Amino acid sequence: MYEGLNHWGFVYASYALGVGGTAVLVLTSLMAMRRAEARRDAARERGRDQ
Amino acid sequence: MHGFANPARFLRLARSLTMPLLVAGALLSLAALAWGLAGAPAERLQGDSVRILFIHVPAAWLGMGAWTAIAIASLVELVWRHPLAGIGARAIALPGAFFALLCLITGSLWGRPAWGTWWVWDGRLTSMLVLFFLYCAYLALADAANRDGESGSRLPAIFGLVGAVNIPIIHYSVLWWNSLHQPPSISMGKSEMAPEFLYGLLAATIGFSLIFGAVVLMRMRAILADAQAEARLRRRAMEAFDE
Repeated sequence: MYEGLNHWGFVYASYALGVGGTAVLVLTSLMAMRRAEARRDAARERGRDQ
Repeated sequence: MHGFANPARFLRLARSLTMPLLVAGALLSLAALAWGLAGAPAERLQGDSVRILFIHVPAAWLGMGAWTAIAIASLVELVWRHPLAGIGARAIALPGAFFALLCLITGSLWGRPAWGTWWVWDGRLTSMLVLFFLYCAYLALADAANRDGESGSRLPAIFGLVGAVNIPIIHYSVLWWNSLHQPPSISMGKSEMAPEFLYGLLAATIGFSLIFGAVVLMRMRAILADAQAEARLRRRAMEAFDE
């Protein structure tokens, strides 16, 4: 252990990156999926209308 | 395996699994991280910095496991021409890159209090950095193949297979070369880790793996929906041209 350092700052930074980064990954993937499926459904609807 | 080559059948399964995987993964990993922050004791040698283990180790395993999955999917794509294998490999790449980067950053944050340095150019850290660069190259290659309208291109699959050579190098680097990084504490069937760390680590790993699975399913659904919308628009354009 490297003496004289408060470890908690490093611990909190790691947890914040882990939780925050994973949340961003999940949200961007969810939004991309919803957008793509809405685009596909719109194309399907337009096909039915014609 | 070929039963899931039908995208409609795969989509039915993916729709029913995405949210349960995400919710279960979120609950399990948050519980494990709460244990890591507030329940687990400080370690005798590493002090409180050992709590970074609950983020760093699952991220490392997922970063390496994801490339192994890309290599398997690439092999299936090249040999059996399974239509979903290439889509699966493309969907895995971004979360894999994220966890490889998370492993590097949290490793650096752990190294400063534990070793007294943010970074050393030893075998383990350098091969993990190479893995992150391989992910970046794979993402660029798959994107370029997709933009050129060659979503079935074999180049990303060949790259995915060749890049897998780095996985055993990462795993054995701490045994082959001198390193500040500790050798593996857990191997098949045995562990040198105290139970208060081991069970929390297993819970965090399962939790993050479930989230990883949900993200891969979301990204596969997005790629499939894009392809279906594109095919529909192209068909309509052809019909309009014929009229």
